[in-house]
Amino acid sequence: MSDAAPLKVAVLAGGISHERDISLRSGRLIADSLTGQGASVTVRDPDASLFDFLTQLNPDVVWPALHGASGEDGSLRSLLDVLGIPYIGARGPAARLAWDKPTAKSLVAAAGLATPQSLALSRDTFRDLGAANVLEQIAHGMPGPLVVKPAQGGSAQGVTLVSDPVNELAGAMVNAYRYWDVALVETRITGTEISVCIIDSGAGPEALPVVEIVPRSGVYSFEARYNAGETRFYTPARISDKVAADAAEAAVTAHRALGLRQLSRVDFILDEAGVPWFLEASVMPGLTETSLFPQALEVAGHDVGWAYLALCQAAVAENDA
Amino acid sequence: MTTHNPASTTFDPWYDHYADRASGLSASEVRALFAVASRPEVVSLAGGMPFVSALPTSLVSAALERVMRDHGAQALQYGSGQGTPALREHILEVMALEGIRGRVDDVVVTTGSQQALDLVTKLFINPGDVVLAEAPSYVGAIGVFRSYQAEIAHVAMDADGLIPQSLRETIASLKAAGKTIKLLYTIPSFHNPAGVTLSWERRVEILEICRSNGILVLEDNPYGLLYLDQPGPQAMRSIDTDGVVYLGTFSKTLAPGFRVGWALAPHAIREKLILANESAILSPSAFSQYAITEYLQQADWKAQINTFRGVYRERRDAMLAALAENLPECSWNVPRGGFYVWVRLPSGLDSKEMLPRAVKELVAYTPGTAFFADGGGHDQVRLSFCYPTPDAIRVGVRRLAAVVREELELLDTFAHTGPMRVVPDDAHIASPPPNTN
Repeated sequence: MSDAAPLKVAVLAGGISHERDISLRSGRLIADSLTGQGASVTVRDPDASLFDFLTQLNPDVVWPALHGASGEDGSLRSLLDVLGIPYIGARGPAARLAWDKPTAKSLVAAAGLATPQSLALSRDTFRDLGAANVLEQIAHGMPGPLVVKPAQGGSAQGVTLVSDPVNELAGAMVNAYRYWDVALVETRITGTEISVCIIDSGAGPEALPVVEIVPRSGVYSFEARYNAGETRFYTPARISDKVAADAAEAAVTAHRALGLRQLSRVDFILDEAGVPWFLEASVMPGLTETSLFPQALEVAGHDVGWAYLALCQAAVAENDA
Repeated sequence: MTTHNPASTTFDPWYDHYADRASGLSASEVRALFAVASRPEVVSLAGGMPFVSALPTSLVSAALERVMRDHGAQALQYGSGQGTPALREHILEVMALEGIRGRVDDVVVTTGSQQALDLVTKLFINPGDVVLAEAPSYVGAIGVFRSYQAEIAHVAMDADGLIPQSLRETIASLKAAGKTIKLLYTIPSFHNPAGVTLSWERRVEILEICRSNGILVLEDNPYGLLYLDQPGPQAMRSIDTDGVVYLGTFSKTLAPGFRVGWALAPHAIREKLILANESAILSPSAFSQYAITEYLQQADWKAQINTFRGVYRERRDAMLAALAENLPECSWNVPRGGFYVWVRLPSGLDSKEMLPRAVKELVAYTPGTAFFADGGGHDQVRLSFCYPTPDAIRVGVRRLAAVVREELELLDTFAHTGPMRVVPDDAHIASPPPNTN
């Protein structure tokens, strides 16, 4: 940092969501990284006094490290836009599109990427048409294996792998509806689980090295994500240069198709032929000790703190432009 | 086609080095959901936090001032592994209220009674030894027993507490299977989480069963003085001095921030407890011990306990009334003391799986599964009335009622279409969620 006043950053972490704990962990690490770069960082759990806090602090930039609704559904981001406060990551409308998994899949498919066959079903559909009838039609049309997940949300919460739709689908639907009123039923692609993180500090989206995810349990569940040691990550992934390049290109395509900005994480399954199947994109990827984004940054040769600071500076510059 | 030789990491290079006893110590989705309980918008009926605001701060600050004025050097120093004699004298006075007569030398002061629980388990349990515990039992005790690789065998309770005949049958069955039973862990008064109290007759009978089977009784009594109607029966330790290790605490009758509890144990066990205590922490906090001693000497601590009783009585009554008004489809006990109401949900509901919906509705509770080592408790929840105000309790119960109705409606939609439960039983709460003692 120069002699100029240090960059003033407000990191928003916590909030009310099923992923509050993850957000708090991410927020603390972002703050540590930026503080190490000389920034002046305040971590805030947003509540009814948030806007008074922002008015008083007058930060140069806000880092909304919030997960779940309000953090990733674009609402808070749109409010920050209205207030003219620079912030990290996707703009409100784009975040809203990416946050809703069925919408994101449609947009990414329209951009030419493969995404597993899927069906988004509201809870009311089952009530109105009779659950047994609807389940029978799904099991007939999508014989499995399947993945059922809430249409909105992250960290694998409410996600169930279904091998036998006839016997397991009902429980999986109920599990998803506990988190959100719309569930996504998706054909399960057999292959390698990978994530590609995207960073853009002003020079255009850069795909970081592909991360291959190998959970000990075989399922990248909540527990596998947030207990160190439960998942082995290979960075770069154990795939050919060609497949890695295709995956990176697909991630950048998804990032652009969804109108994302600055950073994102795009999750794929690589099938046997090396085709990346888009699953979902996160507008505010987890940045905890076991998260993929900081890991990919380091392998790409970026200093994490420096990269975060560059994101902040780019957000300020874009706002000033 | 080239393939990279990639670096790999699990973020924990020591993963394969952990002791077997650490296997349950992991973050879980259920535990993470409790993070929202700290938000002011959420009514938490989950934690067992005493309402310390009912304790006048002037009483505590006066005690702290005297500590620094009169005993500063000792209070800031290491102390004895057994605790200060002055505090142990006062502990005898406290225990005498529940009929216990002991000797100052038989008291060992610990960092909360949780540490005493840990020390006793460390002294007695080899991997595979059996600890008998009520069904349900305190989540923090289950965590300790698991960490020493004990096998936990639950014994049924009814409205009068542990059922002697069930205890006999469980012991016989375990012995027939060649198991070594070391301890009976029990919370006889105002049980956590079940709220029930063991009758006097059963206390006598259970002590006799344990004596005749060579089983040490670990009596955990954090709530005995917090009766809300009439005092409960006298402590089990008042009947049997040789077969009971008694655990007490100032966490509920004063404040948990001091982290001071104790064990009262037969002479030989006490000697080992002192050595184990020194090995674990050198000495319990001298500062806290001096502070509590000053408080007990100068304040009307019995009146203060009575104040706590009044606060908790009002909250219990508010919760019972709110349950009757809002959740007629559930059933629950009427606790005569302590902090908890144990609620049985309508058939088919699962307390653990319902938790994400509760978080959305801004109410938190502890799923019944936390209190069982054997996968039980799915249709039960523990509601705490100790910390939230009566108004907050009413709001919380109303929200819980909405959660229950939503869940019933969801299950009704999918009725007869297949198994409903997908969360595996091993997704247990391996250690108490924050503030869930």
